[in-house]
Amino acid sequence: MSTPTVEQEPASKVDLAESGDGAGAVQSFDITLKVRRYDPERSEDAWWDEWQLTMYGTDRVLDALHKVKWEIDGSLTFRRSCAHGICGSDAMRINGRNRLACKTLLKDLDTSKPITVEAIKGLPVEKDLIVDMEPFFQSYREIMPFLVNNSPAPTAERLQSPEDRARFDDTTKCILCAACTSSCPVFWTDGQYFGPAAIVNAHRFIFDSRDDAGDMRLEVLNDKEGVWRCRTTFNCSEACPRGIEVTKAIQEVKTAILTRSM
Amino acid sequence: MTTTNSDAVLPAQGIEAPRSGRIDPKYLRSNPSAGSFEMVAWVFMRVSGAALVVLIFVHLWVNLMVGDGIHQIDFAFVAGKWSNPVWQFWDLTMLWLAMLHGTNGMRTIINDYAEKDSTRLWLKSILYLAATVIIILGTMVIFTFEACLVNEAGELLEYAPAFCENVTQ
Repeated sequence: MSTPTVEQEPASKVDLAESGDGAGAVQSFDITLKVRRYDPERSEDAWWDEWQLTMYGTDRVLDALHKVKWEIDGSLTFRRSCAHGICGSDAMRINGRNRLACKTLLKDLDTSKPITVEAIKGLPVEKDLIVDMEPFFQSYREIMPFLVNNSPAPTAERLQSPEDRARFDDTTKCILCAACTSSCPVFWTDGQYFGPAAIVNAHRFIFDSRDDAGDMRLEVLNDKEGVWRCRTTFNCSEACPRGIEVTKAIQEVKTAILTRSM
Repeated sequence: MTTTNSDAVLPAQGIEAPRSGRIDPKYLRSNPSAGSFEMVAWVFMRVSGAALVVLIFVHLWVNLMVGDGIHQIDFAFVAGKWSNPVWQFWDLTMLWLAMLHGTNGMRTIINDYAEKDSTRLWLKSILYLAATVIIILGTMVIFTFEACLVNEAGELLEYAPAFCENVTQ
């Protein structure tokens, strides 16, 4: 073997296999991708499709879906925009857990069994992995996800201390992918619950010192379908691809409603 | 020279947003709840739960650990306890809190798992009826309990507690 020495390669945090083939030596493996399909123009019922794919250690579930769509079956339908965990388009149920397809590496899953991919639960499926997000955004709109400030706008920024900013920092990270809301068993039942995502985004403004409409948001979430339907099952915290402590945020909103009432 | 834009260039006013009006009606929250019943129920669950821990463990301790322990429990033991207003109040509180706590828990489970409103209504009706019957029955037993039962001849039954001897004489 007379391949170039390893020192010339760029530093990488990915733990590549120690084969000596240089830059192309990313470990490859075979997987079975099992996708729950639905196409109302073809059949009323959903069905499962399976594909055998050869994928690489750096590939994500999204890459496997791309491979199927681009090379095998162009009718496979899913949402994705940025493909880098920011736009929140490709939340799906991967091996029974809500994940972003673009942030889930295949090598972290059990590749000896089929990798199951389904649409997120609790929202109407339109085709394959695409669901109607409208009910989700309806709840989001209802909690008024925008700054409301009654004082005249200053000439410069509305200043805020680092401590006040840190108070709601965690809930600013939400990308509205619906992984949390569609992992919530209470939401699955009848879709009436506001859902973790709406509460997280209310939290972001309720605890913002520059905002004046906290009371109105607390009133909205004091509804019978509001924060009191949370059962603290932590499915949402587990599902959140941004690592937001969703259940904690919901508890903080509950506490805020309680202290306001007393 | 002035130019006027044709209709095709300017989008129509009030153009509908994509998907507008297409929301599945089952997701629409029809009647926003007034008042704070759910909040009160939530707080009640926590407060009653904490109270029940104390109530039940003292109850178990007094019945099963103090004195002869499990061997002392018979009609006379219960009668003796309920002749004391403290234990009457204790058991009454325990009954009410446990029943309301349990009923509220069941109500929550029905709300979470029943998918149809009619199913919910039926299940909750049965639940509330059962809870009401048990609470009323239990309360009546605690307050109308007769410790010193007598037979037709006016003699004390043999399992009556010892203090009945003084009452009848």
